[in-house]
Amino acid sequence: MKAAFTVFLKEVRENLRDRRTVFNTFVTGPLMAPLIFVLMLHTVINQQLEKAEKPLPVPVVGAQYAPNLIEALKQEGMDAKPAIANPEAAVRNQDANVVLRIPPDFAKSWNKGEPAQVELIYDQSQRDSSSDEERLEGMLKTYSQRGAALRLVARGLSPAISQPIVVAQRDQSTPQSRAGILFAILPYFFILGAFIGGMALAIDTTAGERERQSLEPLFANPAPRWQILAGKLGATCLFSLATVFLSILAFSQVGHFLPSDKIGMVLELGVRFTLTVLVAMLPLVVLLAGLQTLVAAFAKSYREAQTYLSLLMFVPAIPTLLLSVLPFKAKLWMYAIPVVGQQTTILRMMRGESVPMMALGVCVASTAVAALIVCAITARIYRSEKLAISA
Amino acid sequence: MIEVKDLHKAFGEVKAVDGVTFTARDGEITGLLGPNGAGKTTTLRMLYTLMKPDSGHVLVDGIDAATDPVAVRRVLGVLPDARGLYKRLTARENIDYFARLHGIETPRMHSRREALADALEMRDILDRRTEGFSQGQRVKTAIARALVHDPRNIILDEPTNGLDVMSTRSMRAFLKSIKSEGRCVLLSSHIMQEVAALCDRIVVIAHGRVVAEGSAEELRQRTGKASLEDAFVDIIGSNEGLAA
Repeated sequence: MKAAFTVFLKEVRENLRDRRTVFNTFVTGPLMAPLIFVLMLHTVINQQLEKAEKPLPVPVVGAQYAPNLIEALKQEGMDAKPAIANPEAAVRNQDANVVLRIPPDFAKSWNKGEPAQVELIYDQSQRDSSSDEERLEGMLKTYSQRGAALRLVARGLSPAISQPIVVAQRDQSTPQSRAGILFAILPYFFILGAFIGGMALAIDTTAGERERQSLEPLFANPAPRWQILAGKLGATCLFSLATVFLSILAFSQVGHFLPSDKIGMVLELGVRFTLTVLVAMLPLVVLLAGLQTLVAAFAKSYREAQTYLSLLMFVPAIPTLLLSVLPFKAKLWMYAIPVVGQQTTILRMMRGESVPMMALGVCVASTAVAALIVCAITARIYRSEKLAISA
Repeated sequence: MIEVKDLHKAFGEVKAVDGVTFTARDGEITGLLGPNGAGKTTTLRMLYTLMKPDSGHVLVDGIDAATDPVAVRRVLGVLPDARGLYKRLTARENIDYFARLHGIETPRMHSRREALADALEMRDILDRRTEGFSQGQRVKTAIARALVHDPRNIILDEPTNGLDVMSTRSMRAFLKSIKSEGRCVLLSSHIMQEVAALCDRIVVIAHGRVVAEGSAEELRQRTGKASLEDAFVDIIGSNEGLAA
């Protein structure tokens, strides 16, 4: 194993001298995702909070037909704007988020005690429009319910008659688990971090060496090929692990930058989170290093290897997208699939739930087995005669 | 000593090596001379076990490369056509890396490296990163790297490739000095002048086969030609692929 260690030390030292690799592994990889994420969230959350407290500007057509309604809505926070000629076009052109149109016979219907229709013109596919519409609809409902209660009392009836069933909501979500929904794409960034951290080395130690024609003299040494490969894989894993570790550390600080109290959510990524995720990611780091090396070994040049690996980067995205979109219940078999197991583990830890030891064990074991298989295949490829000869 | 017996190697349809037999002895410089595409590099690659022959035997100091390739590589020092230095490492680090891969302990590694640095006149570049080295500096570093483990048998593939006149003369002097230490030196070239000036024995290869073997004198007498150049051309059958 001495040769493997020699190769390992040399690869680590050589790549620490490459500024681009070092920057990617220690800065870009770990920090990129959390920074973008925090920025994104901050903007979205602040935007929503602002809007919830600010008055709601709504152009009203036919305000003269329902002065009491308009007055009540103003009390609720609506800012009535003057009427506009073509509400539908205005909404479609995004000149207005929502328009309220009151028909001329509103007062007649109201006084007769019949349902009086008002129109809300909006665009559900525009996020601003649909959220404004929701606010306005809420205000209208409040006014409508008050009117209904008054009408019943005026007829000598208790308003409770119209509410045969009262629904009491018992939401079991914790502030932690609500945060988990937001961060459903987080696990992908951890895996992406592992990928990026080791990518430069995986390419350099195979396609890069082939392009520089440095494998032939290397293989003329008495060190067995599998040991040379082990050293290179070890160096790749080390860089990849560094990125993962820094990524977890960076994310564990993310919670401090969120206005969690304002939105009733808490993000606790403490020591337990760090250790559990590290343990789960360890065999995955080896598996990814092996996969990247295997794929890169088929490339004839650095560029080609970069292309292949960029494509490979999207494979773990598929289970991430599925997990974040579909409702899921963590079952034991999910932990047994590499990549999926890690993402499930991270997701559950983020929701503040604990991951059972057996599930974690299954995850680690199955990923370790997959890693061994991939490394064995890579060792096989590494023995080929054509490897050292550039095209 | 390097013994090659009836080697064959084909790549698909192409028969790169089609029956090569020769012996390189200790204390001699043996040259493999032949046009481009004759099978020289493929033959050498089979000697330092990068490739396996389809049939035939390779024996280095009596060790069969088919049964114990690692032991063969231990007693060989190789300068392949691809110099392949590591750009971000200094010349010293390049040499030390290979020394460690051979399992040389540190004190011996130091003394060998310093001795080679003096013999090759590369003191001034020892602690420079190999990025940006000239052709000559690259070859010197690659040779130092190949010889740091003090091998008895040395294989050089096109050692004077791309070197200027002064470097070529230094290279010749160096090779003659290591030959006089009793080592077996085998080099390949397509430059007739080089082989003529340097080699005690010449093995002429064309189309994957050995077409003549002997000293420069013997080859001249065999073909009845006055100059070596004419003798070579006669043996090979055409002067395609040969350089003066």
